[in-house]
Amino acid sequence: MSEPILSLRGLNTHIAQYHILHGVEFDVPRGQLTMLLGRNGAGKTTTLRSIMGLWRASAGEILFEGRNIAGLSTPEIARLGIAYVPESMAIFADLTVKENLVLAARNGPLDGARLDWLFGLFPAMKRFWTLPAGVLSGGQKQMLAVSRAIVEPRKLLLVDEPSKGLAPSIIANMITAFRELKQGDTTILLVEQNFNFARQLGDSVAVMDDGRIVHRGSMAALASDAGLQQKLLGLSLDAHQ
Amino acid sequence: MTATVKAATADALPQVRTDRLPLLILPVVMLLALPAIFDVPAWLTLTLAGLAMGMMIFLMASGLTLVFGLMDVLNFGHGAFISVGAFVGASVMLPLAAWMQADSFALNMAVLLPGILAAMLVSGALGYGFERIVIAPVYGQHLKQILITMGGLIVAEQAIHVVWGPDQIPLPRPTSLRGAFIIGDVAIEKYRLLAVAVGLLVFLAMMLVLNRTKLGLLIRAGVENREMVESLGYRIKRLFVGVFVAGSALAGLGGVMWALYQETVTASMGMQVMVLVFIVIIIGGLGSVGGCFIGALLVGLTANYVGFLAPKLALGSNILLMVLILLWRPQGLYPVARR
Amino acid sequence: MLHAILSGDVPRSKVLAAALALIFFALLLAPFVFPTVNALNVAGKICIFILLAASYDLLLGYTGIVSFAHTMFFGIGAYGVAIVMGRVAPDWGGVLLGGGIAIALSVALAALIGLFSLRVRAIFFAMITLAVASAFAILASQLSTLTGGEDGLNYRVPEMLRPAFRLFDGEILGIVINGRVMAYYLTFAVSLLLFLLLLRVVNSPFGRVLQAIRENEFRAEAIGYRTVHYRTLANCLAAAVATVAGMLLALVLRYTNPDTTLSFTIMMDILLMVVIGGMGTLYGSVLGATLFLLAQLYLKDVMGAASAATSGVPLLPSLLHPDRWLLWFGLLFIASVYFFPTGIVGRLRSLAQRHRLL
Ligand SMILES: Nc1ncnc2c1ncn2[C@@H]1O[C@H](COP(=O)(O)OP(=O)(O)OP(=O)(O)O)[C@@H](O)[C@H]1O
Ligand SMILES: [Mg+2]
Repeated sequence: MSEPILSLRGLNTHIAQYHILHGVEFDVPRGQLTMLLGRNGAGKTTTLRSIMGLWRASAGEILFEGRNIAGLSTPEIARLGIAYVPESMAIFADLTVKENLVLAARNGPLDGARLDWLFGLFPAMKRFWTLPAGVLSGGQKQMLAVSRAIVEPRKLLLVDEPSKGLAPSIIANMITAFRELKQGDTTILLVEQNFNFARQLGDSVAVMDDGRIVHRGSMAALASDAGLQQKLLGLSLDAHQ
Repeated sequence: MTATVKAATADALPQVRTDRLPLLILPVVMLLALPAIFDVPAWLTLTLAGLAMGMMIFLMASGLTLVFGLMDVLNFGHGAFISVGAFVGASVMLPLAAWMQADSFALNMAVLLPGILAAMLVSGALGYGFERIVIAPVYGQHLKQILITMGGLIVAEQAIHVVWGPDQIPLPRPTSLRGAFIIGDVAIEKYRLLAVAVGLLVFLAMMLVLNRTKLGLLIRAGVENREMVESLGYRIKRLFVGVFVAGSALAGLGGVMWALYQETVTASMGMQVMVLVFIVIIIGGLGSVGGCFIGALLVGLTANYVGFLAPKLALGSNILLMVLILLWRPQGLYPVARR
Repeated sequence: MLHAILSGDVPRSKVLAAALALIFFALLLAPFVFPTVNALNVAGKICIFILLAASYDLLLGYTGIVSFAHTMFFGIGAYGVAIVMGRVAPDWGGVLLGGGIAIALSVALAALIGLFSLRVRAIFFAMITLAVASAFAILASQLSTLTGGEDGLNYRVPEMLRPAFRLFDGEILGIVINGRVMAYYLTFAVSLLLFLLLLRVVNSPFGRVLQAIRENEFRAEAIGYRTVHYRTLANCLAAAVATVAGMLLALVLRYTNPDTTLSFTIMMDILLMVVIGGMGTLYGSVLGATLFLLAQLYLKDVMGAASAATSGVPLLPSLLHPDRWLLWFGLLFIASVYFFPTGIVGRLRSLAQRHRLL
């Protein structure tokens, strides 16, 4: 097996004086889709933001293609070929859908064939092409946020809860999109609460709790082991109450 | 490729309402002033004077509002660029006073344009140094920013005294920009016309850059969400330095134009104008260039109308204007969307 | 006993304690130790500016908001007294009337500004106070029938405070207790009392909420504090104290004009005093105001001499010209915000703490 495209080694992150991540450690194998699961507040978003350089890691290594990127600035990290879909979507509300995508296509003009593919997956993008992104509905904004990350080929996508607020048919499209991206040699690290969604897509899994990784393995193993699911994800249910 | 959802059918696109209400204030204010002044030629003269003043304030304010929008940096030292621009412009123009006073448009311009250029260059360069040395260490700390930039303003004002001496410098306008065109009963001052033209030109150029270029897209996106622009791979710090320098250069331009308008240059003029500049960017909605433009014209018009009707209330009227607008829209005319 | 008077907020550094004691006794005995008119004026000014700086620190240091309108309130107090003294009657009733009106006006203005600008964004506050204060200064110089315009007002003060007044026939400890000395002790006593009151406020639960808001506005709001109300209240209190400081100035000087009260230069002076002395500790205002005023007085002489001595060298004489002393203070100010954000007092305290740990 080839070396993982991304591996976290003992990642620690502080936000102000709070110690949030305590030695997070897992690998994201190249060309696969890795799910990052865990209850609310487990530290999933913080992990993704640390990879992107939006929080500075206070200790540990973030190896991307073998190189430690902890300490690089966010734009430098993005330019290595990592795209990020934040939980808040962070679409530019004053800009049109088109302008949002133009900005995301950092390497040049928008590619027609790729756009047609995007429009096929997310028809709303085509319909609202010239409207300010601020008028989109929540789900449509989510689609735009994902479109922005995939409008050009990238090596690694970090996606934070893309299924939130989406209709089942659009979730199906999203699953299709991620599958096709994977075939096109894009690696994906996906944070997800929706286990059904996760099960259909994931190759491998990492489960977090309290700023630590509490389980690593293949999705197939987790999906077929009801006891383990109960233990890991039941734990997340308990924690909700 | 696959598309499992059928394209949405007949339902209409949502209506996008562009917010035009603030645009209406300008004509409303002008029309209200007409019966109050009750003298059409005087009203026309005051309106032109107000627009000219507004345009100059806009030149000085636009950079400040963008810098705030982009990086959440409020630069109280912005006034220094205004004063320095005026002094540099005067230093270039005064040695060539003979050409300034010559009755030749070409000779006048041969002094004026280098003067303006030098002012913009020096203010821009100063802006670069200011950003690197004074502001960069205090990103994200509002209290320190206000204190440090205010300290920078004091030092700059004193440094001006060291370089250019303690006294104000008279700066007469070039001959071809003095006087007025007389059309019927209406006197249209040439210099005011020029100020309006320059202000309008800069505003249009800015709108063009902001709306039609990728650089402009980046700035607008950065004003909304700095982190996301960085996550897309753009170095926003560089963008910010660029905007800061451009804003400082424009402040320098505004400073020269203001000095020629007043026909004197003083070290404290930057600080004095800053009061109006702050009112303007608050009225406009911190971070919005369009709002800043409307706010500047509104302030210029109000100052001139009220200055004519009740001279003692002129400055108070701007505060009142600000209060009224904030009562209507607490975030200013065009609040900038933020996370 | 002393502990209670200081509301439990002790200096926590021997050097600081010594400096404070020195300043206190020097001011207490000023009329006897420095018996010239000039020295008494300086001592009076120091008392007033300690109070003014301390009330400003309530905003800047404890509440974390920057106001540029503090001299406006200072000026309202001075003009309130001056106008009533000149137009109504130069007696204690006049002082109360003028002061009462001034304080009411200040508090109302402070509440309005606070509710208006702090409701939206704290950063508005700095800009709006700057705009309002400069409008007020211009208004004051334009309403010359009331305020005397740029020239200001000269007036008589209550009998007891006039230079010709004698409390006793003879001398006490070698000096005549005249109206000047009376005015000085009035200033000293009121400043001291209000300073101790401010000390009490910042060490009360109210003061601690202010500091919590300063540290993390978001969190304080989440816990349920109405941050706008607390900050506005602090603004009103600071304004009221600044107004009293202005009243004292008007009584001591017996004239009031824009330069002594409303000018932006004074605003910057207060800012420098608080920052250099140490934000967020009222003792910083004591050290800051004292050092600043003494420096202002003597540094100008030193710079004048230095400027004359370097007259052959290019640029140096104008850099060292006495009128340029604000240049050097400006640089000192920037440096202290960068390198000593806790000011002199903060430095002294951390030094003392290190000593204790060693
Ligand atoms: N800006 C912040 N300041 C302080 N604490 C924070 C901040 N952001 C996150 N945290 C804390 O860090 C912890 C992890 O948060 P994070 O957002 O990474 O969780 P998450 O796993 O993404 O949760 P969710 O499923 O709800 O999105 C939480 O306890 C949260 O309170
Ligand atoms: Mg999250």
